[in-house]
Amino acid sequence: MIATEQTPIKGAAGWDVERVREDFPVLRQTAYGKPLVYLDNAASAQVPQIVIERGAKYLREEHSNIHRGVHYLSQRATSAYEGAREKVRRFINAREARECIFVRGCTEGVNLVMHGYGRKFVREGDEVVVSEMEHHSNLVPWQMLCEEKGARLRVIPMNDAGELVLDEFDALLNERTRLVCVGHVSNALGTINPVKEITARAHRLGVPVMVDGAQGAPHLRIDVQDLDCDFYAISGHKMFAPTGSGVLYGKAEWLEQMNPFIGGGSMIRTVTFERSTYANIPDKFEAGTPAIASQIGLGAAIDYLTGLDRAAAQAYEQELLAYATERLTALEGVRVIGTAREKASVLAFVIEGMHPHDIGTILDHEGVAVRAGHHCAQPVMKHFNVPATTRASFAFYNTRQEVDALVRGVEKVIEILG
Amino acid sequence: MSSLYELYDEVMADHDKRPRNFRPMESPSGRAEGHNPVCGDNFVVYLSLDGDAIKDISFTGEGCRISKAAASMMTQKLKGKSRAEAEALFGEFHRMVLGELDEEATPNQLGHLKIFASVRNFPVRVKCASLPWHTMHAALHGQESTTTE
Repeated sequence: MIATEQTPIKGAAGWDVERVREDFPVLRQTAYGKPLVYLDNAASAQVPQIVIERGAKYLREEHSNIHRGVHYLSQRATSAYEGAREKVRRFINAREARECIFVRGCTEGVNLVMHGYGRKFVREGDEVVVSEMEHHSNLVPWQMLCEEKGARLRVIPMNDAGELVLDEFDALLNERTRLVCVGHVSNALGTINPVKEITARAHRLGVPVMVDGAQGAPHLRIDVQDLDCDFYAISGHKMFAPTGSGVLYGKAEWLEQMNPFIGGGSMIRTVTFERSTYANIPDKFEAGTPAIASQIGLGAAIDYLTGLDRAAAQAYEQELLAYATERLTALEGVRVIGTAREKASVLAFVIEGMHPHDIGTILDHEGVAVRAGHHCAQPVMKHFNVPATTRASFAFYNTRQEVDALVRGVEKVIEILG
Repeated sequence: MSSLYELYDEVMADHDKRPRNFRPMESPSGRAEGHNPVCGDNFVVYLSLDGDAIKDISFTGEGCRISKAAASMMTQKLKGKSRAEAEALFGEFHRMVLGELDEEATPNQLGHLKIFASVRNFPVRVKCASLPWHTMHAALHGQESTTTE
């Protein structure tokens, strides 16, 4: 067959933001008498009506415990829950649904790998590699592991644009390296890390790679087979699903070898007082009754996302980021923290002589919700020699008018605090 | 909206930009670190006691305008006060920023510190204003650190 159809290069032109905003009821409100401008999406993204309705439908019509009841409702709940797992599999292009472990979020996903893989395979004198820009959730668990095992934590440095220095990464890898843990997108800087390249380099020495995908999944198309990473963690609430939902993807060959994480019901095969044997994956890692409604909601959020033109959404977010960057940096004293060439729609900044918490309070009273603080990335703050930053993070439902509101707010900040 | 301007007034700006008693102290009789892990505000308060009296008080560290101005004005207020007076002021200040003390209706010793009353309109910022006071309290009681979480 001859391919005659040309793939059009999609920009943001086809993106109907006003239409998309209608899907998000939370956006239709005011704060302090002003339209709510929600620019804290990197902390938690908002939830579309269709996801809210799916969770409500579960509670209304299907609520019961999964995997154990022989009755009608339990079968419906189990079917919806496992249906969500299959949606996740397709969304990240995992080989098999059983490689997708439901967790409460990225933090639990990383801790699962730390306990299941780390405590089994990392020994005294071994090394675990993280990056300088990691969120505390992909740093603290590895510190805890290294402390317990007498292992050494190595850090991939970044440059002053907030990009990882890959040459230094190569120098860190050696025969003692047991795992490389790196974020797909930095929550504090917006940097998109070359995780496919990092994985390839680590694999040359047979070292597995854990990717913290909390900020990747909302913005980028995820293909875990293409990345070839060994683990990939996702938080539902960062990708338009309820809190308490999330996924830890792991290659089956690792998950099968790993120790269980949380012990209890559902994760066992047989139990006697002498010993217990464990269930197959994914059940081995899903002790106790999970957040069923939230995980079904995650499935619905994935349906919602895949129903969108994601290339256009991504192009639109990039346009917003460029516009916001241009307008904010035009203001006297404003400095952007995180200027990597490859960035997601995260814009962190500082203003000379003004503390981010004071900036955040004033913006809040303008109806503009941003994050002010260290963004759970204190080593990043240290690198840039700032105590904290103010961060605006954009989703595909934000508008240029909202960027203008942010800029007006920052002008007011400068007026009041200057 | 006027409360924003009340909060960020000129006096507070002045204390943020030119903090008073902003220096470490050699061999203090009391020293405590105050930390707010949520926002990263971090101060050290130093005390020099002469018997029951606060002969000198100073601070170092970093934080937002509200916390830094609160620390600066606290040191001005407490110099020369007795321990009991310092404790009483801490109590009054704390109740004022929590909205439990009407500083205009109830007699008190707060004086210039009344400019922090409007912090009560910004509940998430109350800890910014009270952190230096908690730290002073810890130093007075021989504790090495305190935290507002």
